Amino acid sequence: MGNRCAVIGVGQTHYTTRRRDVSMAGLVREAALRALEDAGLTFADIDAVVVGKAPDLFEGVMMPEAYLADALGAAGKPMTRVHTAGSVGGSTALVGASLIQGGVHDRVLVVAYEKQSESNATWALTTHLPFTSSLVVGAGGYFAPHIREYMRRSGAPDHIGTLVAVKDRLNAVKNPYAHLRIPGIDRAMVESTPMLWEPIRYLETCPSSDGACAIVLSSERAVTGTPAWVHGGAMRSEPIFRAGRDTVSPQAGIDCAADVYRQAGVTDPRRDLDVAEVYVPFSWYEPMWLENLGFCGVNEGWKLTEAGATALDGDIPWNASGGVLSSNPIGASGLIRFAEAALQVRGMAGEHQVEGARRALGHAYGGGAQFFAMWIVGAEKP
Amino acid sequence: MRPVAVAAFAQTTHTDHDTGLAEAELILPVIRAVREQSGLTEFGFTCSGSCDYLAGAPFSFVSALDALGAWPPIQESHVEMDAAFALYEAWVRLQHGDVDSALVYGFGKSSMGDLREIMTLQLDPYYLAPLGLDQLSYAGLQGASVKSDTASIARRSWESAQTNPYALKLPEPVETAPITDGAAAIVLVAGDLLRDRTNLAYINGIAHRIDPHYPGMRDLARSASAAAAATAAGVGEGPVDVAELHVQFAHEETILAEALGLPGDTVINPSGGPLAANPVMATGLIRIGEAAARVMDGTAHRAVAHATSGPCLQHNLVAVLSRES
Repeated sequence: MGNRCAVIGVGQTHYTTRRRDVSMAGLVREAALRALEDAGLTFADIDAVVVGKAPDLFEGVMMPEAYLADALGAAGKPMTRVHTAGSVGGSTALVGASLIQGGVHDRVLVVAYEKQSESNATWALTTHLPFTSSLVVGAGGYFAPHIREYMRRSGAPDHIGTLVAVKDRLNAVKNPYAHLRIPGIDRAMVESTPMLWEPIRYLETCPSSDGACAIVLSSERAVTGTPAWVHGGAMRSEPIFRAGRDTVSPQAGIDCAADVYRQAGVTDPRRDLDVAEVYVPFSWYEPMWLENLGFCGVNEGWKLTEAGATALDGDIPWNASGGVLSSNPIGASGLIRFAEAALQVRGMAGEHQVEGARRALGHAYGGGAQFFAMWIVGAEKP
Repeated sequence: MRPVAVAAFAQTTHTDHDTGLAEAELILPVIRAVREQSGLTEFGFTCSGSCDYLAGAPFSFVSALDALGAWPPIQESHVEMDAAFALYEAWVRLQHGDVDSALVYGFGKSSMGDLREIMTLQLDPYYLAPLGLDQLSYAGLQGASVKSDTASIARRSWESAQTNPYALKLPEPVETAPITDGAAAIVLVAGDLLRDRTNLAYINGIAHRIDPHYPGMRDLARSASAAAAATAAGVGEGPVDVAELHVQFAHEETILAEALGLPGDTVINPSGGPLAANPVMATGLIRIGEAAARVMDGTAHRAVAHATSGPCLQHNLVAVLSRES
């Protein structure tokens, strides 16, 4: 894992359907300045900038890091652009951390964003490579069959997805940055919304958001303020079309979790971690990832959800921030998970703070549930 | 820093037209070649560079994993940049000390669309892209700002390319890099894997820097970021026998040679450079591969490689390679 690395600043924009008042550059700069302010630093203190976002087709700007260099104070510095599909926000944090762990830099600014209002993400995701056919419309069309297979295997009752949607949306009411903050949210309201992709209803899916998230990473000698120490970080990828691939519980997710737990000395994630920010864009992915990440046995995930174990007052809160279900600037969604994990162990999560959180998991996935990025951060130096 | 070396390099025989191969099919032979050359079948880290806009679809890198046969799952990342920047990420990852090998690859099929106009979409979408300048137009702006014997650069590149079996067979010299389809791969090794290998090109220094985006914010006749990257990589700390430069327009060679402080006797682009084959997103990685190949075959003792990204040489990476760690 190399040299020690810590998160010393976090900045987020308010996530919303349309940020008409700012350009893309203005959006990323807003998050970057907030992260720098949190760290008590300025752009002059930054050695390198790493930018992440999901496909360039979402905004219609090709390799936008070139255009964003000025707004992010990168001129004269190294700048890197990461793209690993939906997991990109997590990967971007890990690429930034790598620069510090490898001893190359002392302070790195990591920024991820999406301005979904510039285009239509569902259609941008539906175009296909030349000479191949597109089998689905949008991400929901791709993932719904995997969810149905999970329900068949586990025997989970139909209402589990609804419970996740209500729980994450209740949490979002406590998060001032969350996009969807729905007063009076309950099961009846979720169940009254239209079915989009069986079994996913409208309120069981993530919104399309504009927003950016930024973090400042530091080497041990350059730490300012309240650090969240990186206890482990891992990425794993597997092919999308491998015959026999288990798309319900992908091997890459299992391997990635095993790697990050080994680095952090976690043997029982439900017991050893205090809070987890996990990439759940469709409600049913909570029970599926509970199993994939080893928080319970196979086919048992839905029982944790049903028992309230993942609620804010449960024994292992998941997505105290409201998660991807409540805010989804796609390219930033993974980094928000990583940043919220850091906020929790820094004790700076505000109204959605999990009391006494000392160690937290940040998780992101992407592509056809084939790219995974995870980190564990802690209040204590590793 | 921890010593890291290039152990293998392969590229496709580049073409000026679509040969009907999908991206994964383009990559497969070069991955196989570097596996054979390096004697490694698995790698501690994998990183690639590609661009969705060349294929006109999101996630152009996803199908590449099929070519790798990424099973069991691998530690892997991707930059939406030239693969030279993926090599930089891999070099950083090897500094951690826990993995000793990395596979880097890049690929692009510029034949699939109108590259010159696609590159317009790389500009600031509010203030520059609406002006409608295509890649040739803004390169022309830079070309007009610098005194350069572009005809000689084009002729020398064309003559050098005659002995490069991977380059396009161009009927005459060109001052603009041709539309090209192709791919390339490199294997990096460190730690114990350096021990038994004798034919290595060590990366003695590697760095990159970006300039402001707006051409009006820069002196286009110079490249401040290339100069800063060259200083950080240590180009001036010894002689430079060979330099492989990411020259997509002949006048850029003049700007880069000055920015990198290349001695007058440096042989520039003995492969013919990008003016002889420009598989976008792999072109920069090929510069590192070609420089490493010169070191490994003994024709250069110390070589410099350069890669660029962004309009008018906005972003520049420089690496120094030699036989010594």
